[in-house]
Amino acid sequence: MPQSGRDNASADGPRPAAEGALALAVDNLRAYYLMHYFGVEREVRAVDDISLVVRRNEIYGIAGESSCGKTTFLKTIAAAVRPPLTVIGGSARYGFVDRDIYALSPAELSAIRWRRLSYITQGSMNVLNPVRRVRQSFVDFAFRHMKLNRRAFFAAVEQHLQRLRLTANVLDAYPHELSGGMKQRVTIALATICHPDFIIADEPTTALDVIVQKDVLAMIRDAQQQFGSSMLFVTHDMTVHANIADRLGIMYAGRLLEEAPTIEIFKNPMHPYTAHLVASLPRIGEQSRKESLSGAPPNLADPPKGCRFHPRCPLAMDVCREASPALTTLAPGHRVACYSASPLVKPSATAERASRAEPVGMVP
Amino acid sequence: MSGGLLEVERVAKSFAMGGLFGRSRFNAVDDVSFSVQAERPEILAIIGESGSGKTTLARMILNTLQPTSGVIRFRGEELSKARRGRRRLDFIRQVQPILQNPYEAFNPLKKVDRYLYASAVRLAGARSQKARGKLADAALQKVGLSLAEVKGRFPHELSGGQLQRTAIARALISSPALIVADEPVSMVDASLRMSIVNLFQRLRDELKVSILYITHDLATAYYISDRVIIMQKGKVVETGPAREILTHPHHPYSMLLKESVLSPDDVERGRLTLGPDGEATRRQPARNSA
Repeated sequence: MPQSGRDNASADGPRPAAEGALALAVDNLRAYYLMHYFGVEREVRAVDDISLVVRRNEIYGIAGESSCGKTTFLKTIAAAVRPPLTVIGGSARYGFVDRDIYALSPAELSAIRWRRLSYITQGSMNVLNPVRRVRQSFVDFAFRHMKLNRRAFFAAVEQHLQRLRLTANVLDAYPHELSGGMKQRVTIALATICHPDFIIADEPTTALDVIVQKDVLAMIRDAQQQFGSSMLFVTHDMTVHANIADRLGIMYAGRLLEEAPTIEIFKNPMHPYTAHLVASLPRIGEQSRKESLSGAPPNLADPPKGCRFHPRCPLAMDVCREASPALTTLAPGHRVACYSASPLVKPSATAERASRAEPVGMVP
Repeated sequence: MSGGLLEVERVAKSFAMGGLFGRSRFNAVDDVSFSVQAERPEILAIIGESGSGKTTLARMILNTLQPTSGVIRFRGEELSKARRGRRRLDFIRQVQPILQNPYEAFNPLKKVDRYLYASAVRLAGARSQKARGKLADAALQKVGLSLAEVKGRFPHELSGGQLQRTAIARALISSPALIVADEPVSMVDASLRMSIVNLFQRLRDELKVSILYITHDLATAYYISDRVIIMQKGKVVETGPAREILTHPHHPYSMLLKESVLSPDDVERGRLTLGPDGEATRRQPARNSA
């Protein structure tokens, strides 16, 4: 493993910082898909100027409809950046490394992955090897990172499953023998086996039905609490966020529109898009008509000028068409990017600067 | 016979499981009966978790799967007699499906409008280019789109909501009396979900189409449906008017379903976590964030 000379840059360094410290700080992150076909240059601004922090021991939820850049954002902070996706600017730093995650070498990354940073994906079927027993998937994912001999490794795996209230006999099952909910639970066990500092969860319960979904969500929260991990939880389903996230960020067309503690988002949404999302949720026992927004999310290859939500916004003003609003703190812990929310919101300085800056830190 | 649009009478379907040895049968749908009246169009929701036999039931109603026992009648005629030829085409004209994932329902290599034209020619008897274009446009107008928006586009060029609405438009071309919608909103974004659900309500009220709405989402079922059928392991456990059943369920399984539904109002009841016995419970979040 390459030594970087700085203690906490190496993956085995001491775990830094106490409670309340930052687990992840993302600052003005921009990641575009840069494409070059037949002399025509095209850029898709999937992540445009996102700044957020995830504190230690919290679940930060990101909500937004499909094609709003959620997955690209996850790719960027998981250092899975491959051309044509290119990081244009900004930084993404974890508490356990003192450099940007996408600036690390492959060897450094592999030391961090799974031990410090792990991932729960949407389709658990694609994670588990369909022709090998679940036991083999644990070996494939975690054996290398645990640095134990085989016997001790399996003992650790069984103990881990027990803590997550799974029985050890799932290890000898093939994936097709397990139900969808069980497979998703095994994936969570896989992602938490090394007690990582940070877990990224990408729509982990979208494919599950209601009864199973609730139990899996409870298990995710339980695992996160037991191991003191921080988590970034992405889904488009606001009701799931209401049940699991501590703080919530709303993404639209590559930008963060609003961020607040979950209860604030639901009780006191300030951005018209958030207000619509919350108001349109159907509830049992309520029959009033729910309207949906007209129009479609913008094409990110050619986003509208100004605020990206203005073509669909019921409150759009002239200024919205001119310049993009900056994410402004309007209440403790509550940031909003909307001119109509408060006169304090000013145009963003960085967002409209000339694009096509030099790419930084491309991972080969 | 008149009156009944769809009558499902003691229908069962079982599949064989296992190999030559230890062969067993698995009852996917077990003794299900219900009916839909012709005079009054309604939205009937069939609710259950995965594996409860919802989709098998839908396929039998669409006449692509034959029940092991029991009878399904459409306008008084047994479905088993409408398996081929003109009668089958007649049946298809009146009963149309909408599938779960619009991206899988359309061939990604073919333009979307081709499906509309094919339906217009085969099911609505359009003879000329002009006639089929007119029919396709009329159907698209009903779902809030127009032929100009869809013409010449491939499925990946449309958003999920647009594509699902196009699928609904395709189903409307032959002016059906019954639409069987199998989880039509589960793959659609939460923000677009309501536009599809509102559309169903409009189809019922304006076009007098009855809709069989198959879902595991109790909240939207409560929102649009007139009656519900709750299924568990192939059996109907509870049935009746939607609001009544979903507000005051009696069967333990219906209660469990209702209890499991996550609600946006849970935000005040604390976060989910596991209790000491492995059951999901709630805990108030620590008030330290500011």
